Amino acid sequence: MRITELFDNGEFVVTAEVGPPKGICVDHVVEEAKSYLSGITAVNVTDNQSSVMRMGSLPACIALKNAGLTPILQLTCRDRNRIALQSELLGAAMLGIDNILCLTGDHTKMGDHPGAKPVFDLDSVSLLHTVKQLESGVDLAGNPLVGEAPKFAKGAVVSPCSDSIDAQLAKMERKVMAGCDYFQTQAVFEPEKFIKFMEAAKQFGKPVQLGVIIPKSVGMCKFMNNNVAGVHVPDDMLEELRADKEKTKAGITGVEIAARIIKECKPYCQGVHIMALGWESKVPALLEKAGI
Amino acid sequence: MLITEMKVGETLRSLIQGKVFTIICHGCREVRFPEQEVNAFVRELAAEGIVTGTITTDYICNPDFLQMRLKGRMAEIEDADTILVFSCGVGVQTVSSYLEDKRVIAGCDTYALPGYQGVTPLEHDCDQCGQCYLNLTGGICPLTACSKSLINGQCGGAKNGKCEVDSNMDCGWERIYRRLEKIGRLDVLKCPVQLRNYATDDEVSR
Ligand code: SF4
Ligand code: SF4
Repeated sequence: MRITELFDNGEFVVTAEVGPPKGICVDHVVEEAKSYLSGITAVNVTDNQSSVMRMGSLPACIALKNAGLTPILQLTCRDRNRIALQSELLGAAMLGIDNILCLTGDHTKMGDHPGAKPVFDLDSVSLLHTVKQLESGVDLAGNPLVGEAPKFAKGAVVSPCSDSIDAQLAKMERKVMAGCDYFQTQAVFEPEKFIKFMEAAKQFGKPVQLGVIIPKSVGMCKFMNNNVAGVHVPDDMLEELRADKEKTKAGITGVEIAARIIKECKPYCQGVHIMALGWESKVPALLEKAGI
Repeated sequence: MLITEMKVGETLRSLIQGKVFTIICHGCREVRFPEQEVNAFVRELAAEGIVTGTITTDYICNPDFLQMRLKGRMAEIEDADTILVFSCGVGVQTVSSYLEDKRVIAGCDTYALPGYQGVTPLEHDCDQCGQCYLNLTGGICPLTACSKSLINGQCGGAKNGKCEVDSNMDCGWERIYRRLEKIGRLDVLKCPVQLRNYATDDEVSR
């Protein structure tokens, strides 16, 4: 099932994400997803996230699909050129994976194989364009595909709380132009900024899912503030996390904060995307508290 | 060696707005320059009465030298709406960063040939990609100013205007966006999706 069908029906679409293991056993990932994420619409499977080598996204997607979940295949342009990416997309379609998220990807220097060759033959925009091309029955070089053309729900990301909203909107417009069907955002901790962004992003008429991270600790938030693009946890939230150490450690404070953000932003978006970062077990409580 | 080839005249005409000041750089010994073609094109423009002035020079990639050469010509430059530069990628970038508020257009594509690449100052760099993108990026080379050599816009990694790979390096696409904003050319971000062509060497030999 393509998640675009749900957006079209006006449904509020909830997704989460998991990372494949650095190894050959996916049981743990599948079990966790089955226990905590089976109530939600679809699950993103990351593609060697942060440039750290892991099992590929596609085989892990298949494992989730076999367990009854709907996976979203994340594809980055860091490790494969246009030939390999198109070939992967055809394979994914053959295996029944029809939801994808197109990303440029982190630089190889950010990960655990810093000496690897960064590819970036395509980028998020030209990858979306490539997918659209395949959907029309020809490859990027214009050669016809044999038989039925693939069809995907094509997603991409935006960063609504970044320093320069105008630059983000310009990039978003390029992605829409290239064929993007829906967006997931970088984690939002400043609802006012998100709402303002959405006022401007409305013009594109594409569904946007609010990105949510459950804040685990003050340390984690400070790390994000210093290192993660487009993420800023404001001081009053840091105070809230500092106030009751036990409550924060148990995840209660984080869930409260995340639920509040969702409630505040819900009228302005078409879904949420939860990046649990190991706290998958907290997702059901979060959704309940947020009233979803 | 480098080869610069003039972009198609029609492409250049579509980029020219109002009056033009042209800068023709015959470059260093390592550059093969399309002298006759460029001169003919500039003569065509001049016959239409839209050229405020032309200088033919060399080594415009050297900022001090460039400044000296342009000094006596600033009135003509001020009078022009478009500065059309025929040089390698480094030359165009040097001009566009010196004439920061002007619409600077690259007239050539720069290709690499085997052999010595010549000496250029370090401020700007050109990878001789053969598909010069400077007209889409406000005269800042996206291949050398961006760690991922992206040509369709910024990645999601820039933090406080710095590149995700190196916090001491300004994000090239942040610079491009600000420059386009400054020269009123944000409309170029609506251009069609760009794809690199890694087979440009075939085109040169064609
Ligand atoms: S885009 Fe950059 S690498 Fe390509 S020709 Fe222009 S200056 Fe050189
Ligand atoms: S942060 Fe900027 S310079 Fe660095 S890779 Fe991304 S777009 Fe390029």
